[in-house]
Amino acid sequence: MTTATLDPDISARRSALGRRILPYAMLSPAVLVTLAIVFFPMVQTAWMSLHEYVLFRPNDFNWVGLDNFRAALADEVFWISLKHTAIWMCTTIPAQLLLGLITALLLNQDFWWRPLARALIIIPWALPSVVIALMWTWIYDSNYGVANEFLLRLGVIQQAVPWLANPDTALASIILTLTWQGFPFFAVMILAGLQSIPASYYEAASIDGASAWRQFWHITLPGIAGVMMTAVLLRMIWVANSFDVIFVMTGGGPGYSTHTLPLYAFIKARTNLDFGYGSSIAVLFTIMLMVVVVFYLRRTGKAVD
Amino acid sequence: MAIRKTPKLKRFLTIEVPMLAILVFTLGPYLWMFITSVSPEETLFTSGPSLLNATFENYARLFDTVGFSDNLMDSLIVAVGTVIVGLSLSVTAAYSFSRFNFKGKRVLMLQFLLINMFPLVLLILPLFVLMRMLGLLDTHVALIIANSTVAIPFSIWMMVSYINGIPRSLDEAAMTDGCTRLQALRRVVLPLCMPGIIATGIYIFITSWNEYLYALTLGGRDVRTITVAVQTLIGEYEVQWGLLTAGGIVGAMPATVLFLIVQKRLISGLTQGAVKG
Repeated sequence: MTTATLDPDISARRSALGRRILPYAMLSPAVLVTLAIVFFPMVQTAWMSLHEYVLFRPNDFNWVGLDNFRAALADEVFWISLKHTAIWMCTTIPAQLLLGLITALLLNQDFWWRPLARALIIIPWALPSVVIALMWTWIYDSNYGVANEFLLRLGVIQQAVPWLANPDTALASIILTLTWQGFPFFAVMILAGLQSIPASYYEAASIDGASAWRQFWHITLPGIAGVMMTAVLLRMIWVANSFDVIFVMTGGGPGYSTHTLPLYAFIKARTNLDFGYGSSIAVLFTIMLMVVVVFYLRRTGKAVD
Repeated sequence: MAIRKTPKLKRFLTIEVPMLAILVFTLGPYLWMFITSVSPEETLFTSGPSLLNATFENYARLFDTVGFSDNLMDSLIVAVGTVIVGLSLSVTAAYSFSRFNFKGKRVLMLQFLLINMFPLVLLILPLFVLMRMLGLLDTHVALIIANSTVAIPFSIWMMVSYINGIPRSLDEAAMTDGCTRLQALRRVVLPLCMPGIIATGIYIFITSWNEYLYALTLGGRDVRTITVAVQTLIGEYEVQWGLLTAGGIVGAMPATVLFLIVQKRLISGLTQGAVKG
């Protein structure tokens, strides 16, 4: 700064102090709000999980230690929900990734209506999850839903199936909905990765006589590996969060057939008002998610190196 | 390009037809919802949804008898409030990240990334307790604060990349001419990254408009956003699909339209970090 040398001593020192404080002053509102709304509640959830806390008895806030966690591990519904969470994440994310990859590869080709396709493909991502749940409930409707009509006409099924009311098909139906909601995100991310691969690589490869498949395998895939890994990571966290679609579509039912862990925690707190127990499930779920994320980061970190 | 020239028909079959199929899958449910919403209620279950003799009676009912306009107003207040709070917090924070080097910068940036990692369900329960203690349950303020934190991390990320795109020499020139730091920010940097600010603002608006779980938990009788209203409709008018789908279309409309306006800029902001990192 040239001004510092021209100014008298004191004001130079003051402006140096100002320079040191200013970045923190500008950051502090954002940091304070997130501390208050994210980190403080987080600590509080952990604290509540160690207590017996039922909202209609607000004066009872008794320390119970790890009792809630012990109860959760002995709770059959907890294990059912855990199983569904695993199924749900292990099918939704690969399905989204695969469909997204195909879409991105297509969108990277030349055809005259490509700009339109690129603009429209992402629409599901911008819709409120409640509206998504509503329209898919209508599609799956057992009497008048278009899914049944379509499949009946094709002869795939012989009679109308109550997709969401049948415990055997409810989870699969929801997984299809979530796949539909999330694959455009993958497509857009992967497309950005594809566009960053220099065209000269492909030109060189085809001069060397590499087939389209080998070009895909040796140029395209390594070129988008980093983006795909980031996208999968972001999506894992996202999918783990998105129990709102399930909540609106089935509320976890019929029976417990579409319960997942975050949903179970939410229902426990919301309908049973059992905040202590709900918190302990939320904590357990978060720990498991963190373990998966760390494990994933280690594995993919090695793979990329 | 000349190297890989495939015959036109083959290209049509291998690229345009699959693309069209994927687009039909993507947009089909939305279009189906729209067609249902304009079908007359009497014929909906006899001849099925159709565009013939389309009517807007479902939409009229939505506003006349269900009172959707109040819900739209609530959503609008919350979304605009979130945009104001979220933008002012994230623009100043992003400027600080972009222009200064200071102790703890990495930790603070990491902190903002970490926020997105925690499942919402972990935060929702204590927030309900907290807001109840503060007497903020069922107010717009509670939702504005909660939604801001959801939007801030990504907004900061986007704004940092926009501000990084403006040369530092510009602020320095303004400061040599006698501006203070903040004046330089207001008169030079902000006008230059207006497009970025608009895109980020719209992103925040969409996030807030679409938010459901906080709205359900922290809202109530007085403040009922459109997403909660749509969900309540599902419970109340169980089989009146014409009305329900009309509610869905109205609820999705503002976010969809805004999104289509800025989608290019938003997507480049979204993917930049991932592609570089």
